[in-house]
Amino acid sequence: MIRKLPNTTRAKLPGIAGVAVLLAVWQLVCVSGLVPSYMLPSPVQVVTAFVTDAPSLWENLLITLQEAALGLCIGVAVGFVFAVAMDAFELLYKIFYPILIITQTIPTVAIAPLLVLWFGYEMTPKVILVVLVTFFPVTVGLLDGFRGVDPDAVGLLRSMGAGRWQIFRHLKCPWALPQFFSGLRIAAAYSIVGAVISEWLGGFGGLGVYMTRVKKAFAFDKMFAVIFLISALSLALMALVGWLERRCMPYRCVDEKKRRNK
Amino acid sequence: MTVNKLEVRNVSLAFGDHQVLRDVSIHLKEGELVCLLGVSGGGKTTLFNVISGLLRPDEGQVFLDGEDVTGQPGRISYMLQKDLLLPYRTIEDNVALPLMLRGVKKKEARAQAAALFAQFGLEGTEKKWPGQLSGGMRQRAALLRTYLFSQNVALLDEPFSALDTLTKSAVHEWYLKVMEDIRLSTLFITHDIDEAILLSDRIYLLMDGRIGEKIVVQEPRPRHVEFNLTPEFLAYKRRIMAALHAQG
Repeated sequence: MIRKLPNTTRAKLPGIAGVAVLLAVWQLVCVSGLVPSYMLPSPVQVVTAFVTDAPSLWENLLITLQEAALGLCIGVAVGFVFAVAMDAFELLYKIFYPILIITQTIPTVAIAPLLVLWFGYEMTPKVILVVLVTFFPVTVGLLDGFRGVDPDAVGLLRSMGAGRWQIFRHLKCPWALPQFFSGLRIAAAYSIVGAVISEWLGGFGGLGVYMTRVKKAFAFDKMFAVIFLISALSLALMALVGWLERRCMPYRCVDEKKRRNK
Repeated sequence: MTVNKLEVRNVSLAFGDHQVLRDVSIHLKEGELVCLLGVSGGGKTTLFNVISGLLRPDEGQVFLDGEDVTGQPGRISYMLQKDLLLPYRTIEDNVALPLMLRGVKKKEARAQAAALFAQFGLEGTEKKWPGQLSGGMRQRAALLRTYLFSQNVALLDEPFSALDTLTKSAVHEWYLKVMEDIRLSTLFITHDIDEAILLSDRIYLLMDGRIGEKIVVQEPRPRHVEFNLTPEFLAYKRRIMAALHAQG
């Protein structure tokens, strides 16, 4: 008889099993010699590379993390300001919404070199790029949330004598939280990718720079190690957002429980 | 002469070409329960939006205790058709919201609300989320919030229409009892004839934006749900149906 696992862990079991099977197949393919090991390292080799190169990875990870975190924070702040302004003034919405959409059609790889030319090889262009890719999902999420407020709820608060600021604070902001967090989760994932791409295209340190170095050395095992590290980092950041989300919206957990029991 | 608690004087309002309210005059005395009965789209909710101050009428005024409050929100309690409990606030914080909006400190507002939970049959729900409550309980919470905003005059827009028939009957019983205790001057909307006769002292028929017949229900309060099984009740019902038929 196996010990009964908590509900949430049990729900994740199929996913974990899927990843495990994938890794096992990969290992078998490498061990059997189907693919030469200099082209595709086995998972075990990747882990070995990860361990031996840990100090260097750690050092570069800190740089990337710093850029991503700083960029994400600024991006969220910018997104918030944009959303509030565009929600408050219809004219601003009409002027800026199309521009916002256009900024998102420009490929990141195209702006990154420009930013390097303008701002140099230091941290600034990386942070700016992260801001550019993260503010958008936050702005759109918040705007949708603000605009989705039930007009009757606004009427109710007005009938209670609430002013604009009170309606914003007690109604619009909390109402938009779910959409805000959807946007934030996407932004969090983008922030790491944005920082890495930007480093890749010119810089002195960070996981992106590390990647270009090991690529030039044809160190496939190290390539894979850093790829996994970046994935893990994105996942960790998204988990952090998820945790924050549950902290900010405890009432949602109740709703979910109800739905699952139905 | 006693001043009316609430008086609506010659109110007219049009949305574009569509004349929604035509010279509507109604009044409400202290402690009275008065009902606006009419078909959907007859202007009932618009009239409530005018009385609550959310809309300004083209013509006419609204008086509260003799004071002109036309177009001034924040004076009269208004419970809209949906319960509109905010999903992200606990029941106590939902109910205390009108106090907090008025600048009462959170702790003090909660304490004031807590004192009334038992009377409204809501004890034990203080820390729950609205999503955890049944429709009937949510309605009680919405009513308590309305009451906490002002003990003056309450407007209730189809307060029980979202409830299923069985729940509704139970809530009526409860409502009649609470109303005896708190004596809130209330104007409410319904399209349910039985509900109108059971609950109100007077019934205004609102048809096509105009006040038609006015019916006084003589049955003394406190009433019980069994009232709607008596011949008197049926006589009122017959009269209202005839009036609605004649107008429609």
